[in-house]
Amino acid sequence: MELNVIWFILLTVLFIGFFFLEGFDYGVGALLPFLGKTDLERRIVINTIGPVWDGNEVWMITAGGAMFAAFPHMYATLFSGFYLALFLMLVALIGRGVAFEFRSKEEYPQWRATWDWLIFFGSVIPAVLWGVTVTNLIQGVPIDAKMHFVGTFFDLLSPYTLVGGVTFLFVFIFHGAIYLNLKTEGELRIRSRQAALTSGIIAAVSCLTLVGLTYAKTDLFKSAAAGGALCAAIATFLAAYALVKLNRSGWAFGLSGLTILLTTAGFFLGLFPRVLVSSLNPAWSLTIHNAASSPYTLKLMTVAAFILVPVVLAYQAWSYWVFRQRISGKHLEY
Amino acid sequence: MGDVLLARWQFGITSVYHFLFVPLTLGLSVLVAIMETLYVRTGNELYKRMAKFWGKLFLLNFSLGVVTGLVQEFQFGMNWSEYSRFMGDIFGVPLALEALTAFYLESVFIGLWLFGWDRLSRKTHLACIWLVAFASNLSALWILIANSFMQAPVGYVLRNGRAEMTDFFALLTNSYVLRQYPHTLMGGLITAGVFVMAISAYHLLRKNQFEFFRTSLRLGLTCALIASVLAAGTGHMQAQHVAKAQPMKLAVMESLWETANPAPYLLFASIDQDKQQNSLEISVPGALSLLVYGSLDGEIKGIKELQTQYAQQYGPGNYIPDIFPVFWSYRIMIGAGMWLLALTAFAFFQLRQNRLEQTPWLLRAIFWSLPVPYLANSAGWIVTEMGRQPWIVFGLQRVEQAVSPNVSSGAVWISLIGFTVLYGLLAVVGVHLLKKFARQGPEPANSDNVATTAKEATLWN
Repeated sequence: MELNVIWFILLTVLFIGFFFLEGFDYGVGALLPFLGKTDLERRIVINTIGPVWDGNEVWMITAGGAMFAAFPHMYATLFSGFYLALFLMLVALIGRGVAFEFRSKEEYPQWRATWDWLIFFGSVIPAVLWGVTVTNLIQGVPIDAKMHFVGTFFDLLSPYTLVGGVTFLFVFIFHGAIYLNLKTEGELRIRSRQAALTSGIIAAVSCLTLVGLTYAKTDLFKSAAAGGALCAAIATFLAAYALVKLNRSGWAFGLSGLTILLTTAGFFLGLFPRVLVSSLNPAWSLTIHNAASSPYTLKLMTVAAFILVPVVLAYQAWSYWVFRQRISGKHLEY
Repeated sequence: MGDVLLARWQFGITSVYHFLFVPLTLGLSVLVAIMETLYVRTGNELYKRMAKFWGKLFLLNFSLGVVTGLVQEFQFGMNWSEYSRFMGDIFGVPLALEALTAFYLESVFIGLWLFGWDRLSRKTHLACIWLVAFASNLSALWILIANSFMQAPVGYVLRNGRAEMTDFFALLTNSYVLRQYPHTLMGGLITAGVFVMAISAYHLLRKNQFEFFRTSLRLGLTCALIASVLAAGTGHMQAQHVAKAQPMKLAVMESLWETANPAPYLLFASIDQDKQQNSLEISVPGALSLLVYGSLDGEIKGIKELQTQYAQQYGPGNYIPDIFPVFWSYRIMIGAGMWLLALTAFAFFQLRQNRLEQTPWLLRAIFWSLPVPYLANSAGWIVTEMGRQPWIVFGLQRVEQAVSPNVSSGAVWISLIGFTVLYGLLAVVGVHLLKKFARQGPEPANSDNVATTAKEATLWN
């Protein structure tokens, strides 16, 4: 297979890993102020992702780094074009990252409440922005013949892309609520199941809207595989919802994860072989060829990725295994 | 301010800020790993308490390094899109490899270390902190490989309007990085050593936890002393290499306008960049040639001659960096390094005489030296980066060619102010927490560190 294609697949894999892992992680953050009624409960909620959130976030950094290495023009156009959106996301993620570490280091309620809200916004804003970004990728953005983004921040916001943002947020919340249901006990466990059921309804409606709008507004469904993946995502989502109803959270988590996988795969398949679509002229789109690095670099990075990604997956999976127990009130680090 | 200048200010502020936390992460991860190794090998609880106490401060610092690092990863694309296009084929590789080999390792195992005290066996837990130490120092290697290419490009060809990699191995063995990396590592170990020494001195002056802080002080001192000696050595080698690789940077570091043989070393200079002269200087004759060549016979090219040479080679233009910040930053770094070398050497002498903990003025001097390694680290980077101007990649791309053409100055103003304010707030909170826990000292010897469940109050209803 051609190296450029392999790298497109690898980039998709990195984004799937990112959305799958950070998905529940953002969901947990978004639910924090609502599910945790007492300080202890909030600490428990945070500690469910305490040992793993940082490792999850590296998937985003790796996706960015890999994009830089494999498709430098995509990295350059996307990051400079979506400048203010990225700035907003970085601010949100900075607040979120330190909040986990700082929150429980002081006792007074105002201190802790401040960091809790930073975790909330630090989870909601990136989730929405990634939804907006992915839908903009498929819809196309104003890119000129020199690969420069010539729009503004507000060009990124349209009803379609906002539906994308809302969908990502609520699917992540659903995914996160199921994760919490798996990782907590007692009252919190009951509440997180309720949260999954409530957020699931909103997620279901927005998912259907998103797929409908994607059909109407973009050329994604020209690719049968991409359209199929999105439809399958709806099916797995509904199955996940039914499993939550039936109290089978383990399976439900697998299926909400599969929903994220299929959605991401669907959007990337719809893009292929483009990496950024120009709304001004199809010929100005960035593709896996005109945006790519040299064959030498692609080959080098392919070898590195094939050796390193499995190793990473292995030890990251092991860390989840070590922290597989439900979180009780004892031994809270955060 | 022009767009280029705005983008440079943002990169400068965010990078210097990020690098306030990085050296401590690099060095302190190693020291905490050593403490825990001592615990596992001797079974002495003192070392476990040391690992936990210094580990807690390490984590506060670590989290600030991680979140400010996010900005670093993204702003090449955000503010320097043309650099990213020109250099992505080369520069993206170490960045991606840094994430794949180091960031995952670091962040997964720091989670295991922090949350795993009761879940992992002693040896596995110890392995976690060593992996964190290894990974953070490995990540420094990757980013310096990337930076070294910007200083001294190797293993590439200009093709398709950009720099393309032809030899990855040449990148890894760039003679620039072989000198820059050890010097940076030593900077990290000095920072960590002085950090541990300073906080220990604070407590020893107050007679708190004598045994705990005496042991900590000794460990910090040993580390800082060895690293200070090696930092001087590697720094010397690095400067000698700069003389060959980037003669303009050396001439600017020394504010040497005219080519000279032998060249003097300036202790002080009043620099007039417009008139291209130093209106006042205090110098040691021949000392620069001696430092660079180990002999009084050696020519050092001056700024004026290099400017003429570069204009011929690269076309008309101004190839002289801002001299004032480079010249003085270099002296601040050397002065700071000398101070720490003298301080640690003297403290070690006092230790051998068994007088270290009984010399209050020395303990105070150690405490007040806490900012010195930070000053040296920042000053060193200012020399490295500002001394490379006007190039972003030496000889290949100039800074003004690298900036994102389609990002408005309004947008850069927003992010520049936003990051600066945010980083300022983080500094206030971070310093507050570091101070609080540094002052508080370690947990008492036999308390079980179970979460303070009893104290939990219902805060929200």
